[in-house]
Amino acid sequence: MDDKTRLDLYRVMVLSRTFEEAILREYHADKKPAFDIGAGLVPGEMHLSAGQEPVAAGVCAHLRPEDAVTATHRPHHVAIAHGVDLEKMTAEIFGREGGLGRGRGGHMHLFDPNVHFSCSGIIAEGLPPALGQAFAFKRGEGDRVAVAFTGEGAANQGAFHESLNLAALWKLPVVFVVEDNDWAISVPRDVSTAIPSNADRAAAYGMPGQRIADNDVDAIYTAAGDAVARARAGEGPTLLEIHTLRLWGHFEGDPQAYRPELADVPGKDPIPAYEQRLTEAGVLDAAAAQAIKDEASARVEKAIAFAKASPVPAPETALQYVFT
Amino acid sequence: MSATETTTASGAQAGQAERRLTTARAISEGIAQEMERDPGVVVLGEDVGAYGGIFGATGGLLERFGPDRVLDTPISETAFIGLGIGAAVEGMRPIVELMFADFFGVCMDQIYNHMAKIHFESGGNVKVPMVLTMAAGGGYSDAEQHSQCLWGTFAHLPGMKVVVPSNPADAKGLMISAIRDDNPVVYVFHKGVMGLPWMAKNPRSIAHVPEEPYETPIGKATVAREGTDATVITLSLSVHHTLDVADKMAKQDGVDLEVIDLRSLVPLDTETVLSSVARTGRLLVVDEDYQSFGLSGEIAARVAETDPGLLRAPLRRVAVPDVPIPYARSLEQAVLPTPERIEAAVHDLLKA
Repeated sequence: MDDKTRLDLYRVMVLSRTFEEAILREYHADKKPAFDIGAGLVPGEMHLSAGQEPVAAGVCAHLRPEDAVTATHRPHHVAIAHGVDLEKMTAEIFGREGGLGRGRGGHMHLFDPNVHFSCSGIIAEGLPPALGQAFAFKRGEGDRVAVAFTGEGAANQGAFHESLNLAALWKLPVVFVVEDNDWAISVPRDVSTAIPSNADRAAAYGMPGQRIADNDVDAIYTAAGDAVARARAGEGPTLLEIHTLRLWGHFEGDPQAYRPELADVPGKDPIPAYEQRLTEAGVLDAAAAQAIKDEASARVEKAIAFAKASPVPAPETALQYVFT
Repeated sequence: MSATETTTASGAQAGQAERRLTTARAISEGIAQEMERDPGVVVLGEDVGAYGGIFGATGGLLERFGPDRVLDTPISETAFIGLGIGAAVEGMRPIVELMFADFFGVCMDQIYNHMAKIHFESGGNVKVPMVLTMAAGGGYSDAEQHSQCLWGTFAHLPGMKVVVPSNPADAKGLMISAIRDDNPVVYVFHKGVMGLPWMAKNPRSIAHVPEEPYETPIGKATVAREGTDATVITLSLSVHHTLDVADKMAKQDGVDLEVIDLRSLVPLDTETVLSSVARTGRLLVVDEDYQSFGLSGEIAARVAETDPGLLRAPLRRVAVPDVPIPYARSLEQAVLPTPERIEAAVHDLLKA
C-alpha cells in the first residue's frame, strides 16, 4: 500500500469520526437535563458508527461513484466513505427540506442516487436490493459492482442466506461486508451465532469468504481490493467479515450496562492507533494529522450549518412523494 | 398448461375472426409486448420460465425472450423481490412474481418497507418502477394458506398501487399500464379469472383482447353492468358472480343491478362509486378478501364521509367473514362470496 492510499484511509476515517462527534454534540445539546429521544433538532434513534470507520474506509476506497452501496441502520461511516453528499446527508439527519430525502427519511433512510447509495433500518434487508443493483450493472456497460454492508447479527437472518445463495447462483458482482462489532444491540455474538466466523458461511454458497481481525484498515483495504476486483472481473460475489468495534452504544441513550469490557473500549479506538502507525511509518506527522482534522472539522461544521439553515418541511407537504 | 389457445368466437360477425384469449394469455401478451418495446423489462420468479407461471401469466415468454430476460429463481422471495427493487432503482422495469399472495409472509419486509417506501423516504429522488404479480383467491379447496386474496392488506400499506383485473382485456391493459408506471404496482390476479385448463373456468375468462398494445388506466373503475335498483361494488372473480346474479335476478325478479368493477384498489376510483350510489341509493360491496378492516369497510367509509344521505337503505357487505379459508368444500363455499350469498344479500338490501 502506498503512502497516499494510507493517508486517504486516515482522512476518510477522521472525516467520519469528526462528523459523528458533531452529530453526537448536536443530538444531545437539546436533550438536557432529561434525555427525551423525541426532543431537539435531531430527534429519533441515533446509531453512531464510531469505531467502525476502518470498515467503511477500507472497503469504499475501491469504489467509484457509479458503484452501488447499501448500508444499515448505522450508515454514516459508509455513506461518508462512499462520497454521499455530506451537506444533504446532514440536512436529512436534521429532518430538513434540503436533506437527501427532503426530511422524509432521517438517518436510517439515506438515499443518494448520485453515488447509488442507500441504507435500510431493517436488519439484513439491504442485501437483496444490492443484488438487484448488481443484476442491473451486470447487464449494462462497464464493470460496476454493488457492496452490501450488514452487521454480524444480520448473518442469522433469512435475507442474508437467500441473498448469498442468489448472488452466487447468478454470479452477481456483489461484495458482502459483515461488520462484526461483537454486539447485536445487547446480545453478544456467542449467544446468537453457532460458529465463530461468519466468513465460514461463504463456503455454503460456493463463494470465497474471509474474516479480517483487529479492525485493521490496511488489512481491510487489501481484502476488499481482492473482493471488488473479483466482482469487477465477473467472477461473482465474496463475503468478508470484519471484526470491528462499536465504540459507543447501540444508539444514543443506550447505557450499555450489559457490556462487561466497557472500560477497555476507548483504548481500542482504531483512529489513534492508525495515526500512530502512520506516524511511526513516517507517513504522517502531528502537523499533517492536525491539518487533516481541521479540514474535516471545517467540512463538518459547514454541513451542520447548511442543515440548520435548511427549512423545516412544511406540514402541508406531508402527503407528497408517496407516488411519483 | 399455458392456455395459449386463440379461438374464434361463435358469435363473431361473418368473415371476422374475433381474437379471444384467456386472461392468463392476455397478461403474458401484455408482458411480451412491453418486453419487445423496452429491454429493461425482465421477468423473475418461481416457475416463470419453462412452466410459464403456475397460473400461466408468463406462458411462452422464456421461449421468446430467453433465460436472460425470463428468470426462474430459487425459492427465496425476499432475495428475488429485493433484487427486483434494486434493479428497478437502477432503471430497469422488472416484473416479479410472488406465486401466491398468501406467501407474502416470507417476504413482506421487502414489499412494504422497501419497495413501497423508497420513493417517499428519498423525497421523490429514487423511483421503483416494478410490478409485483401474485395469484389470489379460493374456490378450489386449496385451504387456509393458498386461497386468500389479501389485496386489502397491500392497499392498506402506503406506497403501492394495487390493481386486480377481472377479465382478459383489462388484464392486458392493466399489465401494460403497470409496467409503464414509475411506481411499484401490485398486480393481483384471481386464479378463477385466468381461464386455466385445470380449474373450472368462468365463461368470461376467455374473451376478446385487442392485439395491439394498449393501457387500461390504473385508478379507474368500470361499470360492468348498468342498472338502477342497487349498486354492487366488487372486483376480480366476484365481478363474474355478481354479473351472473344480476342476469338471473333481472329475469327472475325484475331487479336491475348496477355492477361496478373496481379494477384498481389504489388509487381507488371513489368518484365512480359515489356517482353510482347517488343514482341507486342502495349499496352492496362484494369482496373475496376478509371482511373486517378492509376494502368493504373502506368503500362504506368513503360513501359515509361524502354523504350518508346517498343511501336509502343500510349498506350490505358480502366478504369472507373473518375466518381462515377452510379446506372442505362445504365449508369453503360457506364463507366465500358465492352467487347464493350475493343474491341473498341483494334481496336483503332491496327489502330494507
